[in-house]
Amino acid sequence: MSEIERHSFDVVVIGAGGAGLRAAIEARMQGKRVAIVCKSLFGKAHTVMAEGGIAAAMGNVNSHDNWQVHFRDTMRGGKFLNSWRMAELHAKEAPTRVWELETYGALFDRTPDGKISQRNFGGHEYPRLAHVGDRSGLELIRTLQQKIVSLQQEDYRETGDYEAKIKIFAEVTITRLLTVDGRAAGAFGYYRETGNFVTFEAPAVVLATGGIGKTFKVTSGSWEYTGDGHALAMRAGATTLNMEFIQFHPTGMVWPPSVKGILVTESVRGDGGVLTNSEGTRFMFNYIPDVFKDKYATTPEEADRWYTDPDNNRRPPELLPRDEVARAINSEVKAGRGTPHGGVYLDVSSRLPAEVIKKKLPSMWHQFKELADVDITKEAMEVGPTCHYVMGGVEVDPDTQQTLLPGLFAAGEVSGGLHGSNRLGGNSLSDLLVFGRRAGLGAAEYVEALPVRPAVDDAMLADAEAEALAPFSNVGDENPYTIHADLQNTMNDLVGIIRTESEMVDALARLQEFKVRVKNSSVKGGRAFNPGWHLALDLKNMLLVAEAVAKASLDRQESRGGHTRDDYPKMSDEWRKINIICRYDGEGAVIEHQPMQPMRPDLLELFDVEELKKYLTAEELPTHDAGSDH
Amino acid sequence: MGYTAKFKVWRGDDTGGGIEDFSVDVNEGEVVLDIIHRLQATQAPDLAVRWNCKAGKCGSCSAEVNGKPRLMCMTRMSTFTEDETITVTPMRTFPVIRDLVTDVSYNYEKARMVPAFAPPADLAPGDYRMAQVDVERSQEFRKCIECFMCNNVCHAVRDHEENKTTFSGPRFLMRIAELDMHPLDTVDRREVAVEDHGVGYCNITKCCTEVCPEHIKITDNAIIPLKERIADKKYDPIFSIASLFKRNKEGRQSAPDTPKATK
Ligand SMILES: Cc1cc2nc3c(=O)[nH]c(=O)nc-3n(C[C@H](O)[C@H](O)[C@H](O)COP(=O)(O)OP(=O)(O)OC[C@H]3O[C@@H](n4cnc5c(N)ncnc54)[C@H](O)[C@@H]3O)c2cc1C
Ligand code: SF4
Ligand code: SF4
Ligand code: FES
Repeated sequence: MSEIERHSFDVVVIGAGGAGLRAAIEARMQGKRVAIVCKSLFGKAHTVMAEGGIAAAMGNVNSHDNWQVHFRDTMRGGKFLNSWRMAELHAKEAPTRVWELETYGALFDRTPDGKISQRNFGGHEYPRLAHVGDRSGLELIRTLQQKIVSLQQEDYRETGDYEAKIKIFAEVTITRLLTVDGRAAGAFGYYRETGNFVTFEAPAVVLATGGIGKTFKVTSGSWEYTGDGHALAMRAGATTLNMEFIQFHPTGMVWPPSVKGILVTESVRGDGGVLTNSEGTRFMFNYIPDVFKDKYATTPEEADRWYTDPDNNRRPPELLPRDEVARAINSEVKAGRGTPHGGVYLDVSSRLPAEVIKKKLPSMWHQFKELADVDITKEAMEVGPTCHYVMGGVEVDPDTQQTLLPGLFAAGEVSGGLHGSNRLGGNSLSDLLVFGRRAGLGAAEYVEALPVRPAVDDAMLADAEAEALAPFSNVGDENPYTIHADLQNTMNDLVGIIRTESEMVDALARLQEFKVRVKNSSVKGGRAFNPGWHLALDLKNMLLVAEAVAKASLDRQESRGGHTRDDYPKMSDEWRKINIICRYDGEGAVIEHQPMQPMRPDLLELFDVEELKKYLTAEELPTHDAGSDH
Repeated sequence: MGYTAKFKVWRGDDTGGGIEDFSVDVNEGEVVLDIIHRLQATQAPDLAVRWNCKAGKCGSCSAEVNGKPRLMCMTRMSTFTEDETITVTPMRTFPVIRDLVTDVSYNYEKARMVPAFAPPADLAPGDYRMAQVDVERSQEFRKCIECFMCNNVCHAVRDHEENKTTFSGPRFLMRIAELDMHPLDTVDRREVAVEDHGVGYCNITKCCTEVCPEHIKITDNAIIPLKERIADKKYDPIFSIASLFKRNKEGRQSAPDTPKATK
């Protein structure tokens, strides 16, 4: 074994998106020494792509908004499969977390009275998303990055060293979590630049690695979305929860092919955009499900009035939760009413003046102009579903974000629970802030209470090193890029937006073949910045994640949120009570059932019994009368 | 529709390298980054390139295409003729790591030297009030995706390696201007702009503005106003940080309900 660079920290945060940065800030504010490790350059994480905004019931635009309404919306959006405790904490703490960003220097768009402006989004009863045009994620990540700089400047003033308390390791990929006696002990990885290995010894590790989009062909995600955190956690002995729930965002670009999947923000609909099919019909009126019947407009006239008079009209069905809209688009295309490139039309050009479009949706205007030669102020866009977000994720304690492995914490998209079976737009960025902070706090408190720090031994590192170098000595001639493309096609076609038993069985068989092919994949070139090698290592993570998704999807015999079964089209009260847990057994993913905790009575009371009947079994229904606070 | 394009890609590392020739398929609607990815998948699996979003949002994929700084993911192949040879080289101002990947750590070091945002000490979170017109100036600069192409193209460092210690480039002069125009910031960074970031090196050629993929008017809206305010300070005989801060910050406050503390 070669000499491996070693560092020792109190807390290691893996991931520099919103969740990782917020966790690092918190751990540092608690006095801990923190390392932030990320695969890309600092400030480039996936969070940078978020467009629409951050959901927080500040009530700046509509004073009726409060945490209870946000909580209800989140539970409804997730079809009651959410961890209600997380949904409660999220709704209560999001406003404070957003206001805090202003103290770090964030500049959100303003209301006429100078407060943070809030915009409408699917599934949110009131305008709730704090935003900056359609580049809200950039604002979030830059603000947190700049807060970290300001903390480093503080540390510099005190110690003469910027990196005394927070050190950033950019372009380092973690390939293994280290554990000692069933506790987290650190992480092992390589510098992308050189291919050299590095070990982080730390009693607490926070996973904030984001999502899994790159296991699918059509995705809005970046190359980083290879499910590393999910796989690392499972291999280290933690569990994942409800991995079958994957959000297909209804509006991704469909043309040209090279940009297929790139996101078209929901704000286009929030700001007035409408969906039509090739016959010119505004088809969403035909797809309002029973559970939402009384909340959505039934005629275009009423829908259009809502934009200016939301108190006396119901919202347009274009703003139904994402799963509903994605399925509707899928059905229209299947019924032969799609556009030439297999999508539907999304139009703002006939709804808003060109100047307003450019002002409210500047990056969409650019994106279509530069990538598709479409001027959205003059023509409709063509859009279709794209794999966008994974609701499932690493199972955590709702208050501290600790996983089942002591000392390992998870926050952000990599963690599961908050969003249930479907996430509302804007609820991710708020999730990152609320639970990123809680994870940082949880990690700091854990370190504080720990009597002895675990010691990493050389044998562990030798093993991790051998595993990471294996692709160089494989003898087969499989090309990792080809395996990746085949995996993406398999998941897209067989475990995609509409699922059925026979196809998923087929997918699982293919995943076994891919495992063999990965073992035969060989890598050319050296260790310095070699993307072929990086992909070969990422593939192992994607395969484990894909297996977890496919097995959980095959198991859940109902349709709910981001999991639609052709062969079980209905939502089932009984399945709602079940969380599907996945763990790693040394070979692959295995699943088991875990009963859902019944909701606390004071939270149940926030809903009408009539509404609860749509989701809960008869025994679970409370005896209270319809609540008055709506 | 599809055709075979001639590509020249710089390959090598800090010890040296050179241009390699490739013939590669191009399909309708593709961008330069798609072609680089096709090279990786079919001919050069270890070809090093940075990218993330492939939608012009993260600023990772900066390189020089036919000598011009470009985001590879936003450079459509249809902007070239089919018989044109397309040359892709790494950004010149930053040291090469491998192939198209450069060492941009200079930028992060400079970022760390800009004194951070400092709100009034007694202003509680949630009480911030700012008018849209007042935040818009800084918002323009916050569109920056840190592709570092402006810093790459600025002749003050591109042709003068030695200036890197004393000059931070347009990206961070703009960051200073951004903080300076923040309606609630309380720090005066004019000295720092001169002493630590070398605003004097800029002679307003506007090359940075020309390459900015976010179309930020770096020179006109950030650097020139910054220079003006510094000149202001230098020629003010009764200069004092406190009085100037008051004048400059107050002149911009127009949000209703602005808390007293900031006045
Ligand atoms: C186009 C688009 C628009 C969106 N718009 C919105 C919106 O408007 N509102 C909203 O709420 N949500 C939105 N989302 C969703 C939201 O952006 C993401 O869910 C969220 O940003 C995820 O943040 P994160 O902190 O969990 O992880 P990320 O920001 O994805 O960061 C992951 C980090 O982990 C690092 N990492 C991963 N694996 C490793 C490894 N093995 N070793 C080291 N580091 C690793 C990466 O380098 C990266 O730094 C959008 C998503 C997309 C794609
Ligand atoms: S305007 Fe100034 S900062 Fe911009 S490129 Fe020219 S000299 Fe450099
Ligand atoms: S100012 Fe423009 S060119 Fe410079 S780094 Fe930012 S986005 Fe890139
Ligand atoms: S890949 Fe993000 S800007 Fe090009």
